[in-house]
Amino acid sequence: MPSRREYPRNTERCSFGRTPEKFTGSCKQPKERLRVFSENRSQVLGDFVVSDVIDLYKPEPSRLGVRRHEIAPPVLSVSKLVTSFRVAGRWAPVVDSISFEIGERETVAIVGESGSGKSVTALSIMRLNSPASSKVEGSITLEGQELLTLSQAEMRRIRGNDIAMIFQEPMTSLNPVLTIGFQIAESLILHRSLSRSEAELETIRLLEKVQIPAAKSRFHEYPHHFSGGMRQRVMIATALAGKPKLLIADEPTTALDVTIQAQILELIKELQKEEGMSVLFITHDMGVVAEIADRTVVMYAGQVVEAASTEDIFKRPEHPYTRSLLSAVSKLGSMKGRRRPMRFPIVDRTTGLSDVPNEVPDTVNETERPVLEVAGLTKRFEIRSSMFSSVKGRVYAVENVSFSVKSGETLALVGESGCGKSTTGRTVMRLTEPLSGSILLDGIDLLKLSRPELRKQRSRMQMIFQDPFASLNPRMNVGTAIIEPLLINARASRSEARDKVADLLQRVGLTPDMVNRFPHEFSGGQRQRICIARALALEPRLIVADEAVSALDVSVKAQVVNLMLDLQARMGLAYLFISHDMAVVERVSHRVAVMYLGEIVEIGPRESIFQNPQHPYTKRLLAAVPIADPARRLQKRLVSNDEIMSPVRPADYVPPVRQYRDVSPGHAVMIWGEEWERKNLTGSLNN
Amino acid sequence: MIRYLITRVLSVIPVVGVVTVVVFGLTYLSPGDAAAVLAGEYATPAQIAAIRESLHLDDPLVVQYLHWLGNVVQGDLGNSIFSRQPVFSLILSRVDPTIILAIAATVVQLTVALPLGLLAAQNRGGISDRLVSLFGVAGTAIPPFLIGYVLIFTFGVYFGSMPVSGFPGFDSGIWEVLRHVLLPATMLGFAQTALITRITRASAIEVLNQDFIRVARAKGLDEFTILVRHCLKLIAIPLATVVGMSFAGMLGGVVITETVFAIPGIGSLLVEAIQHRDVPVIQGVLLISACVYVMVNLLVDLSYLFIDPRIKYT
Repeated sequence: MPSRREYPRNTERCSFGRTPEKFTGSCKQPKERLRVFSENRSQVLGDFVVSDVIDLYKPEPSRLGVRRHEIAPPVLSVSKLVTSFRVAGRWAPVVDSISFEIGERETVAIVGESGSGKSVTALSIMRLNSPASSKVEGSITLEGQELLTLSQAEMRRIRGNDIAMIFQEPMTSLNPVLTIGFQIAESLILHRSLSRSEAELETIRLLEKVQIPAAKSRFHEYPHHFSGGMRQRVMIATALAGKPKLLIADEPTTALDVTIQAQILELIKELQKEEGMSVLFITHDMGVVAEIADRTVVMYAGQVVEAASTEDIFKRPEHPYTRSLLSAVSKLGSMKGRRRPMRFPIVDRTTGLSDVPNEVPDTVNETERPVLEVAGLTKRFEIRSSMFSSVKGRVYAVENVSFSVKSGETLALVGESGCGKSTTGRTVMRLTEPLSGSILLDGIDLLKLSRPELRKQRSRMQMIFQDPFASLNPRMNVGTAIIEPLLINARASRSEARDKVADLLQRVGLTPDMVNRFPHEFSGGQRQRICIARALALEPRLIVADEAVSALDVSVKAQVVNLMLDLQARMGLAYLFISHDMAVVERVSHRVAVMYLGEIVEIGPRESIFQNPQHPYTKRLLAAVPIADPARRLQKRLVSNDEIMSPVRPADYVPPVRQYRDVSPGHAVMIWGEEWERKNLTGSLNN
Repeated sequence: MIRYLITRVLSVIPVVGVVTVVVFGLTYLSPGDAAAVLAGEYATPAQIAAIRESLHLDDPLVVQYLHWLGNVVQGDLGNSIFSRQPVFSLILSRVDPTIILAIAATVVQLTVALPLGLLAAQNRGGISDRLVSLFGVAGTAIPPFLIGYVLIFTFGVYFGSMPVSGFPGFDSGIWEVLRHVLLPATMLGFAQTALITRITRASAIEVLNQDFIRVARAKGLDEFTILVRHCLKLIAIPLATVVGMSFAGMLGGVVITETVFAIPGIGSLLVEAIQHRDVPVIQGVLLISACVYVMVNLLVDLSYLFIDPRIKYT
């Protein structure tokens, strides 16, 4: 099976969805998203009021647009681009008079949060917005040729030929019923008038160019045989087919695991050099920007608020929004020398001043017995070809996992797709039944409880999920959603519960008058606050947060993380914080457990894991995280081209007995076998 | 794969088994003594007793069923009460027009429904989409016999260009056969055409919203190529399912169509048999049409294998 994309991070792109059921999957309909966006425009945008920022801070013209160092004419020039969508009969601008240029061999990043208009800008350049419901005005020239006045037939000769585009979702960007080879060759035949056999040879060359192993034999394979990272390589090969002058990459690594992201970024950089392309790179991730872009255009609510060289943006950000964006970026290694978690600084978007995050008090209760003690937890899923046939193999999802979480402590479970971190979280809640092991909540073994007893204990542990859109019932108002756990556990009468809801909403930074509103009236960040309020209703001891902030925009993420830290300080909560995002993990956790193929390979105090990683996998994971430091951009990183391994084992697999050794007090690492020695080499090179 | 094929084909057997039980039970569902019914109104008690004897009607039910089943397996469906001919050869002599009609109706369905459905999906919300939707509603709402008479009046009576009754047989040439079949096929396929159009439209809209269609547009492909190359194969699965079911279910429609256009096919055979209470013939027709239904479903299931590479049967 191809690797399953575990955290659909694309949901961050639809933070102002009105109808949640539409947006829980991928956002396929920019039109609808934008209708929603422009209606809400003056309301809430990722927990901030939009209108005043733009009005107060008209950036200086010198920082905007034309600021390239090349003398040669630009490859792409966008000037006064306005893209409007028809909303209830009126044209509402979504991209509002933006201008920028891309020089030869230059990489320009457009960075911004959900709904800032960055993807619409890219689609406008390709003229791929639906002509019936959108309008593009201004001027877009490719090497001096105006694109907006071209006929559709002329535009089709530009698309895939002079300008190529790759998209966010490699899993759905390839036609499942056509072979990989055909989908690349199609472009070659169309634009370069190659014959079928010539196209096949050229396709194989392109597949080799994007470093797909055994390219020749994979020509006739279908997309479902390819992992997410491999599919994105295929997409890049397709884009290269027409030898484009400009490559537009719309969040190409957002849906990928961090080690795969590093590979793809490295590949794009390398190919750009070889092919001499210009690249327009669209992302929400400042770390990625620093890795790849020569110049950066910051977009906010359809406008360019700042455009400068990437160094300038990072070192001397001028616009308050840029500053707030940068302050919310967690930098790996910024926690050196600190034992406790730290709040994110919050930048006032009108003044541009950052608050100094106050130190989080020491919340960990060292003396008490841990809230959660997990020992030898094992969960395997059997694979059968049909209901009655024998077991063909097993997914070793969680294998002999042991850890404990104290009251007031945050233990982070980190790892990549398929490492078993979410299964661990669910098994701890006994949402799936483990094969063996013990789970003690305040000393009570959950696995020995009957159903009614388990129900009683469950009120002491709550879960927050990744997707705040999908985890709230769209037909239930917020008050009812928060009251529900109180009522079904008979903890409060209806009137008491109502008072409690008001209190809970205030605790999570919302106001009590929001009780009667429905989920679609809230932004993504607010919805996650509601989910937190619901989890807090029963005053739990433990909260399992499964990728709870992964789908949120960076500034919203910072606020929700701060909220979680505050709540921990006030209520002594124990968090099991499941995440793939190493930078956030470094910020919030006291202790960290790194999972790989269902096993904990390294566990210990956060500082010790980040400053002194031992296991080759931990090293590899840390090395792959994009660093928000543009100085590193020109360095070539050695990235191993390994795929993420699968935890599926044959039926006769006997899991090896693992030994751990202590590195320092509380810091234990699994003793690794020979299979890591080769990888270890690349790992240390990365460091 | 081979194993799947074998098990899938074998799995047809229990279904057909149940069908034979039901068809066999039909004799007992009809009111009165089966032998008396078979013997007709003017039979003497001795004749009825002879029939009872010949049909083993005095044996236990299970023995009777097995006896009947044994005959069926050997191709012996009994004799028609009315014409005294063996049922099997009776059906064989009437099967040609019906098969031609069903195939022609399916061809008509696809040639109308596919382009209309794709056109509507491509111009979602536009005028053509609304017209197609209207056609969909009309097609479902208008009773097929009315369509038949409208077709007869328009092409047979008013223009006088098409034959409106009978079936010429193959020796008069393929062209003549087609001419006779076109109007009844249109009538037979009409109601299902509307359904297939709607399915095509709905599936095409779903496919056209997929990311890879946007990628195809970004490659510079034109809309027609995108529809044919990237869209058609994906909507083939829902389409194969519906077309298969509609083909297998045509026996119901064929009864009316063959009556309206006076075609001597299975449908009219069934009507005649019901009129004469000719139970063996009714049994025979039901049994064979049920088998056709099961076989077509089997073929549809197997066709998925060739349409979608992700489907692997093991």
